[in-house]
Amino acid sequence: MFLQQLVNGVALGSVYALIALGYTMVYGIITLINFAHGEIFMVGAFIGLLLVSYFKVNVFVAIIGAMIFCMIMGVVIELVAYRALRKSSRLSALISAIGVSIFLSSLALMVFGADAKGFPDGAFPVRQIHVGDADISTLQMLIIGVSAVLMLGLEFIVQKTKIGKAMRATSEDYNTSALMGINVNRVISFTFALGSALAAAGGVLVGVLFNAVSFNMGLMAGLKAFAAAVLGGIGSIPGAMLGGLLLGVSEVFGVAIGYSSYRDAIAFTILVLVLLVKPTGLLGQKITKKV
Amino acid sequence: MGNFLQSLVASIDPYMMQILVNVGIAIVLALGLNVIVGLTGQLSLGHAAFMSIGAFTSAMITIKTGLPFSVNLMVTGVVTAVVAAIIGFPILRLTGDYLAICTLGFAEIVKVFFLNFEPTNKALGLTVPNAKTVIPMPIYVWVVVVLAIILVTFVQSSRFGRALKAIREDEIAAEAMGINTAKYKIQAFALGSFMAGIGGGLYAHFLSYINPSDFGFLKSVDILSMVVLGGLGSVPGTVIGSAVLASAPEFLRFMSQYRMLVYGALLVFLMVFRPNGLLGGVNFTELLLRAIGRKPAGKGIKQ
Repeated sequence: MFLQQLVNGVALGSVYALIALGYTMVYGIITLINFAHGEIFMVGAFIGLLLVSYFKVNVFVAIIGAMIFCMIMGVVIELVAYRALRKSSRLSALISAIGVSIFLSSLALMVFGADAKGFPDGAFPVRQIHVGDADISTLQMLIIGVSAVLMLGLEFIVQKTKIGKAMRATSEDYNTSALMGINVNRVISFTFALGSALAAAGGVLVGVLFNAVSFNMGLMAGLKAFAAAVLGGIGSIPGAMLGGLLLGVSEVFGVAIGYSSYRDAIAFTILVLVLLVKPTGLLGQKITKKV
Repeated sequence: MGNFLQSLVASIDPYMMQILVNVGIAIVLALGLNVIVGLTGQLSLGHAAFMSIGAFTSAMITIKTGLPFSVNLMVTGVVTAVVAAIIGFPILRLTGDYLAICTLGFAEIVKVFFLNFEPTNKALGLTVPNAKTVIPMPIYVWVVVVLAIILVTFVQSSRFGRALKAIREDEIAAEAMGINTAKYKIQAFALGSFMAGIGGGLYAHFLSYINPSDFGFLKSVDILSMVVLGGLGSVPGTVIGSAVLASAPEFLRFMSQYRMLVYGALLVFLMVFRPNGLLGGVNFTELLLRAIGRKPAGKGIKQ
C-alpha cells in the first residue's frame, strides 16, 4: 500500500516538477511569474493528442513533436508579450502573462471544445508489473522515466554547455552579463524554449496518464507547479524538482488517507506552512537586502 | 423615498443596470486591492478569498438574523478585516513573490474550505434572500462606491497613507524612519480586505446566488488586472480600470465566442503599450489646472 502510493505520488510529482522547472528558470532570469506556463502545458497536451490520434505516431514521437511546437510557442510569447515590458514594472509583465493565459485557454476552448478529450485506445500499451505488494503500471514507469531523462538533460545543458553557462550568468546578474558580451535576449529566448518544452512533455504525459485533455487543465496544474517551484525555492532548479516531487507525493498520500475533497488544498497548505518556517523555500538562497 | 428610488431604477434599461452594478462592485473590490497592492506595494493574488468570506458572511447574516443591510455590511466588513489581520500577521513577513504565492495558496484553501463547509451548502452554493433594505440594490451599490472612493482618497493623503507609500517605495528606509512596517502592512491588508468583504456582501445580494467556485484564482486575477490596468496607486485610475475591464466582456459580447480571446489579447496589448496603466503617471490636478488655463501646456503630464 505504502509503496503503491509512493509510486503514484512520484509519477504525479515528476509531472509537477517538469512544469515547475519552467517557472523557476524563467523566474531566475527575468523575475517574472510566467502565468502563461500552465497553458503551454495544456497546449502541449493537445498537440500530443493530435499527433497520436490523427498522425498515428507513437507516444514518444508525440512528446517530441509537442516539445518542438511549444518551444516555438514559448519563444513567440516572450517576444510578443514580455520583451517590451522587460524594463517596466514587474506587475505589468505579470498582467501581460495573465492576458496570454486567458488568450490561450479561450483559444483552446474554441478550437477543441469544452469537453475533455481522451487518447485513442492503445496509444500506449498499459501493463501492470508487480513489485512487492504494489502494482506499477508501465504508464507510471513511462512518466517517471521520461521525466528523469528530461531533468538529467536539463541539468546537463545548464551545467555543461556554453549556453547553460550563459543562463547561469544571466540569472546571477542580468546587467553585468550583458556587459560581458552575453546576448541576453538569446539567453532569455532559449530559457523560454527549454521551459516550454519541459511543460509540453509534462502535458502529453498527464494527458496519457489521466486519459483526459481539456482546455482548462492548465490552470490548476500551473498553480500547483508554481507552488512547487516556490516550495523548493524559486529560481533554484534542484528546488523545483524537490518541490514537485514533495507536492505530488503528499497530495497522493493526502487523498489516500481520505482527504480527497480537500485534494487541491493539500499542496497549498504545505506550501504556506513551509514558507512560514522557511520564507525563501526549501533550497532557496536567503537574500540579504542592502540599503 | 423607497418607491421613488424603485421607479428611478426601473426607468433604466435592466441590462445596462446590470452592467452598471457589476462595474460598481468591481470598483469597490479593486479599490480595496489598490490599498494593498497600489499603496503598500504588497502583491496579493488572493483578493477573491476575502470577497468570498464577505459574501458568505453577509449571506449567512441575512439568512439567520434580521439585521438591516447596512449593519449587515458593516459586520461583514469587520469580520473579513479581522480574518485578514489574523492571516496577515504571519504571512506579511514574507516579501515579494513569496507573499504573492502565499496569498494565492490561502485563497485556494478558503475556496476548498467553503466547498466542504456544511452550513453554506458545500459545492451546491447558497441562495441569498433579498437584502433587508428599502433602497434598491443598484443605488445601494453606487452609494457604497462613492463612500469607498472618499475613504481611499482620504486614506491616501493621511499620515497612515503616507506611511504605506513609504513602505511601498523602500521598506528598509521606511523602517529606519521609525515606521512600524509590520503594523502598517497588517492594517493596510485589513483595510483592503474590509472593502473586499463589503464588495462580496453586495455581490451576494445582487446576484442572490453564490458558489465557492465563483471566487477562484481567476476572480483574484480579474481584480488585480483592474488595479494594474488603471494605474497602480491611483484612485481615478482604479475606477476607470475597473469600469473598462468589468464592462469589457459585456461590450465584447457581439463577438460572442471570441470575446474572452479578445479580452486576453486586450490585456497584453494594453500592458505592452501602456506599461504603467491607463492613467499611471497622469496627474489629475495639473490636468485640471491646464484645462482651465492656469498652467502652460506641455508641462502638465509627468511620466
